[in-house]
Amino acid sequence: MPPAESSLKNSIAIHTENLCRHYRMGDTLIRAVDGISIQVTAGEFVALLGTSGSGKSSLLNLIAGLDRPTSGNVVVQKSDLAKLSREELAKYRLHTVGMVFQSFNLIPSMTLLENVELPLRFAEVDRDKRDGLAKQALDRVGLSARLRHRPTELSGGEQQRASLARALINQPQFLLADEPTGNLDSQTGTEIMNFIREFNETLGMTIIMVTHERTLAERYANRMIFLADGKLVGDQSNVVSANSAQIRGGGL
Amino acid sequence: MAELAVRNLRESILRNSLTTVGISVGVASLVAMLSLGIGLQQLAGRRLQKSGLFDTVVVTSRRDLRGFNRDQEENGPAPAESPALNESARQQIAQLLNVLEAYPDIRFITELRYEDKPYLTMMAGLPFSAKNNDAFDGMQGTFFSSDTAPEVILQKSFAAQLLGRTPKAGSEEANVADLAKPLLGKLLTMKYAERTPTPATDTAGKKDLSSASSSETSNPAGTAYSVLSREATLQIVGVCDLDPDSMRGQARARIFMPLKLAQNLHVMQPSDFRDTTNVANGMPAYTTVEVHVKSPTQVQAVEDAIKKMGFNTFSIVDATRSLRQFFAVLDLFLGIFGSLALAVASIGIINTLVMAILERRREIGIMKAIGASDGDVKGLFFAEAGVMGVFGGFVGVALGWAIGRVINLGTNVYLKRQHFPPEQIWFVPWWLVLGAIGFAIVVSLLSGLYPASRAARLDPVQALRYE
Repeated sequence: MPPAESSLKNSIAIHTENLCRHYRMGDTLIRAVDGISIQVTAGEFVALLGTSGSGKSSLLNLIAGLDRPTSGNVVVQKSDLAKLSREELAKYRLHTVGMVFQSFNLIPSMTLLENVELPLRFAEVDRDKRDGLAKQALDRVGLSARLRHRPTELSGGEQQRASLARALINQPQFLLADEPTGNLDSQTGTEIMNFIREFNETLGMTIIMVTHERTLAERYANRMIFLADGKLVGDQSNVVSANSAQIRGGGL
Repeated sequence: MAELAVRNLRESILRNSLTTVGISVGVASLVAMLSLGIGLQQLAGRRLQKSGLFDTVVVTSRRDLRGFNRDQEENGPAPAESPALNESARQQIAQLLNVLEAYPDIRFITELRYEDKPYLTMMAGLPFSAKNNDAFDGMQGTFFSSDTAPEVILQKSFAAQLLGRTPKAGSEEANVADLAKPLLGKLLTMKYAERTPTPATDTAGKKDLSSASSSETSNPAGTAYSVLSREATLQIVGVCDLDPDSMRGQARARIFMPLKLAQNLHVMQPSDFRDTTNVANGMPAYTTVEVHVKSPTQVQAVEDAIKKMGFNTFSIVDATRSLRQFFAVLDLFLGIFGSLALAVASIGIINTLVMAILERRREIGIMKAIGASDGDVKGLFFAEAGVMGVFGGFVGVALGWAIGRVINLGTNVYLKRQHFPPEQIWFVPWWLVLGAIGFAIVVSLLSGLYPASRAARLDPVQALRYE
């Protein structure tokens, strides 16, 4: 996978402006995201922190183009997601962002290879090329031996590695991860985080990771954004994580 | 997408199979109903074609004063001024456009001797083309070897009479094979009256007919004829099960000889008496000429042309039209019943796919999250419906074919018990096979339309929320 263009490095890749996502639940109006304005530079590793219900996942969904804002803008690489059609938004999810979830979200009826191949199908990549690309991606996360297995036959760590392979298959510039280690023990969690950091460092991918574990954020992210009740309550850069060797050596 | 659809269908194999079976049953009933409808129509068509009823025009002379309908008598030339239905008229009719053949109806009462016992019955001449008539289905022996062979075919009841077997009331009809065995190849002696033209001089000299001499001046060729008693020996070559002459009612014959032979024998005909004083050219006049037309659609035109010549005609072409209408309505009704079954099946498809959406909510959410467009999701569900349609269509056609076959077999077993020849009452034309499969696919796709668009509209955030 080619590294992101150097011209993009240090340029603003994502910016949100007074971004709101409100929805009704019965009679109460829930302000999941309430006037958030942030800027993310290309190549950053951003952790979105907050307690559950703070709106961090809702913000991630808006950036991922899975949800539309009630008001405000999300601009990713100069295109305003709020103004894209459903079709264009699907294309954006397919090519520009890759997503990883806490619950892996692999399709249980498909083998790993088929799961990883799925975005290539949607991208209408030729049948004869798909297989090779998917195998290559699974090889990268160390799952070459598990191509024909179904997700349920694998451990959580293996499933999350497969979903990482799937997120990368269409070579997106952004990796959006929603509690990627939430369902994993600390050792496999570290394994996954090391992969994510590797993508950030070697591929130059911009990472936005939702987590409620501050320690995890401090260990890997170079920026931490704190949310509470849908509002931005803190934004700090994190120098510790820049020293990857120390963390790798130190474990948890 | 079709590939993905097939693998998705394999996942809930039981439910999808049941849905597919539903479609199959719908298609099968459609195919079975229509194939029986078509088969019956073809059977009727074949029967009618073979019976020769619908491509036949019966021509009679106005001179015999018993037209088949009264309108003609009022509209055409008066009987006395109308032409005689003689050999030259027959040839003229045979030359008309779309006429296959025109042959005279020759029948006469004759005395036959078989093993020195006399039998009196009606003899009729059969044209060689009658060979394919369905009346000869199940005939024992053979048809005439040629158009002039001294051979006869017996009707079953006459054969029984020759053998001295009188059928008892209430008993089963005699087996034609039993009757034929002792008769085939045997000889009959026929006594008949031959009509020979008498040389004019002879007639005038011997009989001294004053009336004859006046016509002699206008046409000296044959103004008089003699009637001679003759005998001919005929060989029995066939005994037929059915009655080839059933249409004739009272005048129906029970023994048949080749038509050409009958003509060559110059047997005295009833019309000869009627026209004794009128025939000027010595040609025999026929009571009836039967005209075979190329196809039932041309019957009307031929009939009109013959009427213009001054003859009475009769055909039952109108009956074919109403028969066709009947079959069109029958096919329509059978098709509606079949379609109802398919409609039920399509509700099954809708149900299966809507259930699949509920069950695969999460899967749809995942697919959307990793970049599937509305169109991709819609296409997938649509393809699943289509695949079920294709499978259902093929299985259904096979099933319908089998059902039609079983019904056909059952019918033939029944027919056999009732001593009828077997029949093909079921027919699956290619257009029905292709049409039924196509129909199944179209119905399935239409059924998939709503579930597919519902799946496509699913909100990915909502779909992914439930763990």
